[in-house]
Amino acid sequence: MTDPLSPPPKKNPQKAQRVPTLPPGIRSRAAMGLTAAAAEGRFMLQHCAECGTVQYPPRDACCSCLSTKLPWRDTDPSGELIAVTVVRASPNLYFRDRTPWRTGTVRLAAGPSVVCHVHGDCEKGAEVRLINRLDRAGQGVLMALPKEGTPNMADDPELRELTADPKHRRVLITDARQDNAPALARALLDAGAAQVFVGEAEGWRPYPQRAKLAAMEHVTLLPLDVTDTTSVKELAGEIGGKTDILINNARFVRPGGLFERGDTTFAREEMEVNYLGLMRLAQAFGPAMRSRGADGVNNAVAWVNLLSVHALSNDPAYGSFAASNAAALSLSQALRAELRPGGVRVMNVFSGPTEDDWHQAVPPPKVTPNAVARAVVAGLRDGLEEVWCGDVARDLVERWRQNPKVLERELTGGEG
Amino acid sequence: MSVLTDLAAALAGGAVEVVDLTHTLDPDFPVIVLPPEFGQCARFRMEEVSAYDHRGPSWKWHNISMSEHTGTHFDAPVHWVSGRDVANGAVDEIPPEAFVGPVCVIDCSEGAAEDEDFELTVEAIEAWEAGHGPIPADAWVLMRTDWSKRSGAEYLNMREDGAHSPGPTPDAIRFLIEERHIRGFGTETVGTDAGQGMHYSPPFPAHYYLHGAGKYGLQCLKGLDRLPATGAILMAAPLKIRNGTGSPLRVLALVPKEGA
Repeated sequence: MTDPLSPPPKKNPQKAQRVPTLPPGIRSRAAMGLTAAAAEGRFMLQHCAECGTVQYPPRDACCSCLSTKLPWRDTDPSGELIAVTVVRASPNLYFRDRTPWRTGTVRLAAGPSVVCHVHGDCEKGAEVRLINRLDRAGQGVLMALPKEGTPNMADDPELRELTADPKHRRVLITDARQDNAPALARALLDAGAAQVFVGEAEGWRPYPQRAKLAAMEHVTLLPLDVTDTTSVKELAGEIGGKTDILINNARFVRPGGLFERGDTTFAREEMEVNYLGLMRLAQAFGPAMRSRGADGVNNAVAWVNLLSVHALSNDPAYGSFAASNAAALSLSQALRAELRPGGVRVMNVFSGPTEDDWHQAVPPPKVTPNAVARAVVAGLRDGLEEVWCGDVARDLVERWRQNPKVLERELTGGEG
Repeated sequence: MSVLTDLAAALAGGAVEVVDLTHTLDPDFPVIVLPPEFGQCARFRMEEVSAYDHRGPSWKWHNISMSEHTGTHFDAPVHWVSGRDVANGAVDEIPPEAFVGPVCVIDCSEGAAEDEDFELTVEAIEAWEAGHGPIPADAWVLMRTDWSKRSGAEYLNMREDGAHSPGPTPDAIRFLIEERHIRGFGTETVGTDAGQGMHYSPPFPAHYYLHGAGKYGLQCLKGLDRLPATGAILMAAPLKIRNGTGSPLRVLALVPKEGA
């Protein structure tokens, strides 16, 4: 079993903070396939389209028949740990700070043997399962886990480096007025978050779930309006140095595209909240989070955006809202680049229509607040960058991957 | 113009005081809240463009944005459907002499303290006139409630059945317009109408009757307790916005100092 992670002690004010360092981040273009799969937590390897041989490490031509058709496919992650070694000294700054570090070799049932990180509960000769996760440099790496779960398994120091587990961390949820705020706060506390800050805009008008939030232990309501730069800066001044996970759930959504609305009033609100809100938060909270990427047990680890899956391809019934989400998605990629030196990851959680006042006329399935909360926590625990929440989002991204133009035509088709 | 020379001397000597009746434009100041399927009144916002830094080494300035009806603001006749065809009904068309004039202040602060839905009635106006004389034609009439001393959620006082704040009855507004020929009507609350004003007939009677008759509105005024019942001069000039339906503005009053 793994030693349970203790809540971090109060910081010694005379001790300098550790500077974030990263594991080696250079990969070939072929090897980036592993990273793309890790972004969604999928264990994928290249399978030769001609002879079926499973490849590792990633390559440009099949190791068996030299075919260059090597598509990435979900792969059986089971195998046997045939060798283990412990690195006790490393010239690499990242690993130097984190020794001892277990690595080993796993012979996969699918064929190849791989060198990987090894969970502390895996003994040589044991059956293991491999996971593919993003490391702090944002690259896919493999780790061997025990075949079955073990006590406190997530607290393994090597595994924690590959995740953004809320346990012992302090979380900011940016908008208390959203339907999903109480479910998010609850799920994060249940996942072991030390404290949940919830931003509250326009305290001068009531909203239904305020009492619920205020009654939760370890939840603090603080003034925050993502459309007001001063308010965002003021809150960052207050809690920016202890925000380990930021979940941006602020959202403005109204039905309508172009002609039906005939003006830019709601569109402006959508951009103010969904796009510029993200920008204001990023400018105010991002630099401090990036600098705290190696700040002990409760270091800054993740930035979460809740987006519409129609950021990928427009839904004309919500055309303007979708456009604002496309802008936010694009900005999230820039944010990812800027947070990367700190090892802080950006996770986008994409949903289809949500169960709320603004999707009354949309038939189910619709995403509930609890479903969003579960997806966020699960995604943090797996250290993901892309999460597809609900059937609509999963279906849509699949079709988008097959052919974005076909999907566009389907979504914009009408009856004609 | 000896009258202005006298005024200058009175201002310099303190015999006439300049009183500010304006709330600070603040991003967190309440605005009127409509059902969410309607477009909303934009809150005041300020974005820094530079602050003596790499974005502009010697100067600091902001871009600001807001609704025509944010903060302490002026309502022009074209704001309401009843005033859509009023001549010179937009802020840029209103003759400038309308922006400076006499003001009567009806103190409703006691009633508003006891009843958040307090109504200004014809009887209350007549009772006020019994003490202060008739309201002169072309005067501003302000309803003092001390509501501007409230802050936060207390200000809009929004509940599930809507906002609760004092305002005039339909008859009181018609009386002021038809019998007293006022220039405009102003309040310390978020609108010239009561919080529950949509339930009168017609809904929002102050807006409906005032603007239909080409009269003006002032709302979110502050500190009306600093004005005398009569004898002050109000200066309320909205921004000159083409076809504007209203405007945030600085509302000032010239008040003769007691005993001076």
